[in-house]
Amino acid sequence: MSKYYLSYLEELESEAIFVLREVWAQFQNPVILFSGGKDSIVVTHLAKKAFYPAKIPFSLMHVDTGHNFSETIQFRDNLVAELGANLIVGSVQEAINDGRVAEEKGKNATRNELQITTLLDAIEDNKVDCAIGGGRRDEEKARAKERFFSHRDEFGQWDPKNQRPELWNIFNGSHFQGEHFRVFPISNWTEMDVWNYIAKENIKIPSLYFAHEREVVWKNDSWIPNSEFLILDENDKIEVKKIRFRTLGDITITGGIESDADTVDKIALEVAAMRKTERGNRTDDKRSESSMEDRKRQGYF
Amino acid sequence: MLDKNQLLRFTTAGSVDDGKSTLIGRLLYDSKSIFEDQLDAIEATSKRRGHEGVDLALFTDGLRDEREQGITIDVAYRYFTTPKRKFIIADTPGHIQYTRNMVTGASTANAAIILIDARHGVIEQTKRHSFIASLLQIPHIIVCINKMDLVDYNEERFNEIMTAYEEISSKMLIKDVRYIPISALKGDNVVNRSQNMDWYSGAPLLNVLETLHISSDINKIDARFPVQTVIRPQNDTHRDYRGYAGRIASGIFKPGQEIVVLPSGFTSVIKSIDTFSGSLQEAFAPMSVVITLEDDIDVSRGDLIAKKNNMPQVSQDIDVMLCWFNNSPAKPRAKYKIQHTSNEQKALIKEVVYKVNIDTYERDIEDKELTMNAICRVKIRTTKPLMIDAYRTNRTTGSIILVDETTNETVAAGMIV
Repeated sequence: MSKYYLSYLEELESEAIFVLREVWAQFQNPVILFSGGKDSIVVTHLAKKAFYPAKIPFSLMHVDTGHNFSETIQFRDNLVAELGANLIVGSVQEAINDGRVAEEKGKNATRNELQITTLLDAIEDNKVDCAIGGGRRDEEKARAKERFFSHRDEFGQWDPKNQRPELWNIFNGSHFQGEHFRVFPISNWTEMDVWNYIAKENIKIPSLYFAHEREVVWKNDSWIPNSEFLILDENDKIEVKKIRFRTLGDITITGGIESDADTVDKIALEVAAMRKTERGNRTDDKRSESSMEDRKRQGYF
Repeated sequence: MLDKNQLLRFTTAGSVDDGKSTLIGRLLYDSKSIFEDQLDAIEATSKRRGHEGVDLALFTDGLRDEREQGITIDVAYRYFTTPKRKFIIADTPGHIQYTRNMVTGASTANAAIILIDARHGVIEQTKRHSFIASLLQIPHIIVCINKMDLVDYNEERFNEIMTAYEEISSKMLIKDVRYIPISALKGDNVVNRSQNMDWYSGAPLLNVLETLHISSDINKIDARFPVQTVIRPQNDTHRDYRGYAGRIASGIFKPGQEIVVLPSGFTSVIKSIDTFSGSLQEAFAPMSVVITLEDDIDVSRGDLIAKKNNMPQVSQDIDVMLCWFNNSPAKPRAKYKIQHTSNEQKALIKEVVYKVNIDTYERDIEDKELTMNAICRVKIRTTKPLMIDAYRTNRTTGSIILVDETTNETVAAGMIV
């Protein structure tokens, strides 16, 4: 076989770097939406590669629900320092304090929906015209319909039935004042690709992804970590389990899975054998069959 | 991990009834790419709707409206991996009103699956899909003659359809066509070899997808490097560094090569080809790299670096096969923004030469209106020159889109003739 071809990971990397450079060329004030999860870490790593030897030209924007894993915040701050990047934090707690949004009530209350307002406020306040995300099309059925360059109107809304056709590698980022774009450089990656890439590039990720012992409660078919933010009732039983997280989000809704995988290679093997999607452990996606689509229409990540 | 595995992008065009969704569902299911919770969700929906068994077609519907109406509205992308390759499926709706989605899905595909219902044979829709596949120059066409179980796995029926298809494909620019008799519903020749068709000596579909030779589809002759952005670190270690970032569209670049920057025509020599992981002795398509030059010349976004002895055409007048994507038809002599690689200019549609009837392949010189889903040969004039190649030799430097500046929508896509 000819030596002039790329492996699938090299091709995905090259595609993502191309997309990130298009963002830099087409927008005035782009940011990376940084959650501290593996996907946004990979996007940040790709941005570092895309502009080398110059430093990463994007600010990192974090929407902080106030319900954090402390490891995530520590990781975020270390990475920002290492990159010499600018950090923008949008705080859900502040939005609650200011009366911009109201906390959900009841046992299954989450701050998931509240992030939408905070995210859109942060985008508007900082005059962001492009927010780069780590969303992947394999994650969820509404996300399978996303473009690389996804238009948001002046209210931050997504109109999935009226998307711009996207052909070859030509991206149309034209927009009017007040509108913005969401751009997803790793659209074509799967969870497996992300893990293989993390292994190949030796990318640092938060310790939460590796198997560790933790106090957890069995809720909605997954192990929810015990924390000061978790509302328990008399039926909930706190247990100590060896778990790891497949995704990282708000600590009150991110479920862990029982696992012994304590290295990236072991995780990759485990993921390859996995029979459930990673968002299967996210209670936010279980509310209805179209909960992701509904949130995305409003402006969610 | 088999990290030298390649990526194959393929498209499937088809309608609700020809079993396209079932085929994709089957590929994903038999290659163990459907997860339990996804299967549970589909099972629940199938039951609620009173379907018998699990309707694998439900797996491909992403938006609420699609699930409710049972139709695919938009391109959806699906992923699966086998020990041999990673696959990206662009799943596109096949109705005539969705030509734009078929074109979109086809634009990045290495291969296309064309489904034919064994009971109905070659129909208008087959011709339409084949035309688009040839227009978009998809290198490999796999004709799957589906629902063989409903024609008693009959070899003669298969041969009849193959002959009928050869007749239409002979009129088009299709390089590589293969035929496979399948039953997506029963699983014959999709992932596993059929026990019902001993007369078929070829490989099942998945095996064909795994072994298609795609490395040679990339143009390695014409070196083209559209500049996306200029890298100027201005830090202590790289004080005078000035690099041109981009993704190689085609061909091979090496340090020491004499190059020309277009449209200016300035010449220089490649000093280095840099990446985060180190400098390279050669780089080829589709690698994303940074090129530095020996001379300090003016290069910016939209420029194209080529080899001195092999240059693209530099022109303000281009002939294009244009697909119109917008509900509002083009106005006569309307002006648009044209995007070609990283180059953006203003453009005027000077003339519509003819419209193609995608069912009969005839040229219409009476009705030449650029309406939604129309495919027309047009003449375009740009304000500044573009560095172009024919689409048939170069998908990247041979393609354009038009953007309406009053709405910012992408209204058309074109292949340079």
